[in-house]
Amino acid sequence: MDMLSAARWSPYAVGIGIGMLSWLAFLLSNKPLGCSTAFTRSAGLLERVVRGGKVNRKAYYLQFTPEIDWEWMLVLGVLVGALATALLSGQFQWVWTPGMWTAAAGPGVVTRILVALLGGFCVGFGARWAGGCTSGHGISGTLQLAVSSWIAAAGFFVGGIITAMLIYHVLLG
Amino acid sequence: MLNTLHKKKNIQLPLGFALGIAFGFLLQKGGATYYDVIIGQLLLTDFTVLKIMLAAMITGMVGIHLLVTFNLAQLHPKPGAWGATIPGALIFGVGFGILGYCPGTVVGAVGHGALDALFGGVPGILLGAATFAALYPRLMPLLKRGDFGDVTFPRLFGINPWFVVVPVVLVVLALFYVLESAGL
Repeated sequence: MDMLSAARWSPYAVGIGIGMLSWLAFLLSNKPLGCSTAFTRSAGLLERVVRGGKVNRKAYYLQFTPEIDWEWMLVLGVLVGALATALLSGQFQWVWTPGMWTAAAGPGVVTRILVALLGGFCVGFGARWAGGCTSGHGISGTLQLAVSSWIAAAGFFVGGIITAMLIYHVLLG
Repeated sequence: MLNTLHKKKNIQLPLGFALGIAFGFLLQKGGATYYDVIIGQLLLTDFTVLKIMLAAMITGMVGIHLLVTFNLAQLHPKPGAWGATIPGALIFGVGFGILGYCPGTVVGAVGHGALDALFGGVPGILLGAATFAALYPRLMPLLKRGDFGDVTFPRLFGINPWFVVVPVVLVVLALFYVLESAGL
């Protein structure tokens, strides 16, 4: 079977691939793989469209200048890479509500979008509060044996497991 | 270290893009860009996400520490503080459980056509990041509380990193063996 058109790879093969990608990121770009600061920079770029250059002087944007940087390009690459892969393996499909959600909560599009907005808000707010996400802390930070990242990764999963269990076993159960 | 290469912005931006394409390819092939796979992990019924993350962690850990040993890379551990790391991670976790994607996989999910990621997840994360930027000056005292800096476990214990790397790799491999034996 053609590896490139296979719908799924073993999670171990995928993980080894991502680990090797982190070698390249450190070696060639002196950077750990991460995704959430790209959202901060994008938010700043969007704010600047509305409010102009003074946005750049906000304390947080002095640390993370609203600009297109290496990590922003990485996240854009994730979009293109996943899109190309989904198209090439015949997995691309416009879907409004994911399967498990639909089975438990019904096919209502507005409900799912509002819930995703709320979840996204907490993800964006929490990632910046913790200083990283499942990539920056969860993979790149833990592999450097950073104390902050091991604590954060544990917190991501503790919070995530409790929330998912409450949603699926209590609220929608 | 390849310092000259690191400073060439006209090479670094395309390089970031290329590495991102590979990252997106792998996340999609692993199924990590799917809500059902991520929620399955959080409900402890599907261990795909944990297997991907831990395999990436140990592979990366061995390689990065070799690169550092041969002076080809330097570590960039993130700083932490009790007031930042724990509440932030828990808020993220709550969002992770509600959204069913994280900042990297939500973008990959848009790539395979998930419209809840495009119209809910992505704008939600942008709004959350913008709100954090707005509240940052007021949150600052809390974020600094219990600051422990960018310490790593080897530095904390004052030992050679390999005395941590090797046991962590062995524990993760043992965990994989247990997961596979249990049919998870």
